[in-house]
Amino acid sequence: MSKRNLLLEIGLEELPARFINDSINQLADKVGAWFSNKKIEYSELKMYSTPRRLAVLVTDVAERQEDSHEEAKGPAKKIALAADGTWSKAAQGFTRGQGMTVEDIYFKEINGVEYAHVKKFIEGQDTANLLPEMQSMITGLTFPKNMRWANEELRYVRPIKWLIAMFGNDVIPFSITGVETGNQTRGHRFLGTEFVLSSPDNYEEELLNQYIIADADKRKKAIQTQLENIEQENDWVIPVDEELLDEVTNLVEYPTALYGRFEEEFLEIPEEVLITSMKEHQRYFPVKSKDGELLPYFVTVRNGDHQHLEKVSRGNEKVLRARLADAAFFYKEDQKLAIDDALAKLKNIVYHEDIGTVAEKSSRVRMLANLISERLELDKETQTAVDRTAEISKFDLVTQMVYEFPELQGIMGEKYAMQKGETPAVAKAINEHYMPRNAEDGTADSDAGAVVAISEKLDTICSFFAIGVIPSGSQDPYALRRQATGIVQTLVNKKWSISLELLIGLSLNLITEAGILKRTNEETFQDLSHFFGLRMKHLLQEQGIRYDLIDATLGSGLRDIPGLLDKARVLQEKKDEDGFKESIEALSRVLNIASKAEVVGDINEDLFENEQEKLLYRKFLDAAKQEEEGIAAEAFYQLLESLKGEINNYFEHTMVMADKLDVRENRLNQMAMLASLITKFAKVNDINVK
Amino acid sequence: MNIQNMILTLQKHWSEQGCILMQAYDVEKGAGTMSPYTFLRAIGPEPWNVAYVEPSRRPADGRYGENPNRLYQHHQFQVIMKPSPDNIQELYLDSLKALGINPLEHDIRFVEDNWENPSLGCAGLGWEVWLDGMEITQFTYFQQVGGLECKPVSVEITYGIERLASYIQDKENVFELEWTDGFTVRDIFGQPEFEHSKYTFETSDPDMLFNLFSIYEKEAHRQMEAGLVHPAYDYVLKCSHVFNILDARGAISVTERTGYIGRCRNLARKVAKTFYEEREKLGFPILERKEKLGHE
Repeated sequence: MSKRNLLLEIGLEELPARFINDSINQLADKVGAWFSNKKIEYSELKMYSTPRRLAVLVTDVAERQEDSHEEAKGPAKKIALAADGTWSKAAQGFTRGQGMTVEDIYFKEINGVEYAHVKKFIEGQDTANLLPEMQSMITGLTFPKNMRWANEELRYVRPIKWLIAMFGNDVIPFSITGVETGNQTRGHRFLGTEFVLSSPDNYEEELLNQYIIADADKRKKAIQTQLENIEQENDWVIPVDEELLDEVTNLVEYPTALYGRFEEEFLEIPEEVLITSMKEHQRYFPVKSKDGELLPYFVTVRNGDHQHLEKVSRGNEKVLRARLADAAFFYKEDQKLAIDDALAKLKNIVYHEDIGTVAEKSSRVRMLANLISERLELDKETQTAVDRTAEISKFDLVTQMVYEFPELQGIMGEKYAMQKGETPAVAKAINEHYMPRNAEDGTADSDAGAVVAISEKLDTICSFFAIGVIPSGSQDPYALRRQATGIVQTLVNKKWSISLELLIGLSLNLITEAGILKRTNEETFQDLSHFFGLRMKHLLQEQGIRYDLIDATLGSGLRDIPGLLDKARVLQEKKDEDGFKESIEALSRVLNIASKAEVVGDINEDLFENEQEKLLYRKFLDAAKQEEEGIAAEAFYQLLESLKGEINNYFEHTMVMADKLDVRENRLNQMAMLASLITKFAKVNDINVK
Repeated sequence: MNIQNMILTLQKHWSEQGCILMQAYDVEKGAGTMSPYTFLRAIGPEPWNVAYVEPSRRPADGRYGENPNRLYQHHQFQVIMKPSPDNIQELYLDSLKALGINPLEHDIRFVEDNWENPSLGCAGLGWEVWLDGMEITQFTYFQQVGGLECKPVSVEITYGIERLASYIQDKENVFELEWTDGFTVRDIFGQPEFEHSKYTFETSDPDMLFNLFSIYEKEAHRQMEAGLVHPAYDYVLKCSHVFNILDARGAISVTERTGYIGRCRNLARKVAKTFYEEREKLGFPILERKEKLGHE
């Protein structure tokens, strides 16, 4: 059977760079799914995308759909056959409806009942006749932001300017918003022209002649090579930010990298400011020396060729100069601002309508941070740093620089705090209290930074829960999940065993006192525990811990977080060892029977009736003491495991549910105490040992 | 090319595209979008093509005439075409060529930029146009104006005159731009820049301004009740300008700010709705006339 290549190209007014990659993947997925759904063979599906076009090229598309059979189910056998064994009206009606005759019927059993079936032959149709359906693949693309234009009703990413739909050299006819499909595409806005494509096969090549690199990967590689060349020519290092490279790739159809310079005096502005100004505002790549020093140069990627690069470079230099002059001005102005004056301004900034001002939030965070640093028994000097950090952590929000570059919050805080005479510990902690800033970021390194980071995030999460803003599904506008994960990671990295439940309680009390709570304290606390529990679960899943081991560890509650992680890891390690099953079974037996104890009371040794009871009790007392003195997860597990023999002997010789009430209660008490010790490690009866 | 010739060139270009050439509207405003020739005319089904220069006052940007890049009052060249023409990007690029900017010698790009003005209930999608890295134009397809869905959609093109001129004339300081032979921006606007900055930041009377805001607001509502959209809208503009001075003066706390923006938005929404209703009462006369022309 002969085959043809198929080309689909959507020509658009400039797409937002950040939407392009996702859009082209969607289109390719839709087209691929359509072909497999329609049972039409092809060899390869290639994607192309530039700011002005999304295209897929499908090679060696079969001329016809594959033939297929479709089974249809009819009435049950006893209905299909009349009493005399002839076909009933129902059977005849069924086959007629399927365009077949009763001779085609066969029976097939479904859940023990036989039904009449027929197998229909469906002849494959000509691919060309089906291809106009491609229209819905184009209109079916979804974008984060849509618009309308002129008199059109369609909501789409940007106005559609032209459409190519070619099957071989035939145009597949359809139209969208009045734009008819054809075989005409457009080259580069200034270097190319509108032209007729000779055939889908030559798409990439003919576009290249018109100054379009349609393959996004090739465009990206071209930029990388050009950057490398500039590096070599000048003996520079150009640190390439992957995100920026992707964006730049999607801002141009024909890239040419070039560089320009700025006045050396601007190097007095903090490096972060210069880099942010170049990257965020201008999409420039900053330039460094081989020693890692920032140099007064920048690299930009032009949408065009090598002509008049000099002129383009001069223009860009002029723009950057104005930007940096602004930054220098802000930097100078900020020097005049005293920290106290900045803090006073925070009283006027509303953090959230129902939560209050930034100043109010800061004062809660400060109280919480102090409570935490006391409980952690940090040294005096660190406690002082925590207090001061929490007090001034937000002062840079009112500086001109952060107003202009919000992503520099904390970074400017550290710089300015140093200049304004704060201690290095406080300055560093101000910056660190935002950490982790994103999923890839590390956690705060210094103790003061970590305490304030935890306090700040906890107050944010608890405040929003207090007013009923709780993440659900894809709805998490304040990124509370990420912040919760940040708290947990910080506790783990710092190896702080302070109870998370306690922390939540402390924060919630401060919020209650501030009168923010819109619900009951108990309800909010429960939601928070559940929320943090889910975060922990997620974290443990990421570490590859088996689901039942996760449930068992979380069954101990959210207290010592680093310990909880260690316990989960120990269980994950031990689960395949010999004797694991037996140990868990023995320990689970204790938990199961202990659940029958209604009230837990003291143990009366005089009521012990056999040696095994006494022995287990002695072992328990010893283990409980060891646990109380502090014990690592691994040792704790071994300790519990060492109880296995005594537990099994105990159950062999002891009837817990004894007839005598006092004996029974005493035994239940013993089980309950032992169970509470075991549960401190994990709720072992959730472990699946089969 | 001096600024005067730039304006003449743009006027000629857009006039040839069928735009009505208008003069600036005579009430203070922060942007060309707020002129009734844009804000009101973008509402409803009637076609509308217009171009005009709009002096735009941004009290917060006042720098006593000392900052080479910032002005209390700058100029925008504003184009509105409704419905947005199919070849609007090409028409725009042609206007740059008319200004002597050869695209082959530069790097011209359309970079995503969505425009939103919550205090006017407006939203649009589009780009900022970059010329060698400098934003010279705001290019927007209006989606909503005064809280009303735009149908058909207008396209708005706003050139920053001084920005563009500083590129064309290759000047670092906005005050050195040549307006016409022998006259610079400083000659014409130097003194007003200084005085308006001093007024905004030092000598303006916040109490009087708060008073004015309330008076203007009340009058706007009163005229709308009477179905008089244009007088009402003038007072909306006055409210907005007074608010901008108070804001620049630092007289409005963050908490109050939300309240004032809300009041401006209410006015804008109401005026938009009233305008639509009044045009409807008139039978959308421009639409009717165009349809007739179309049939002939």
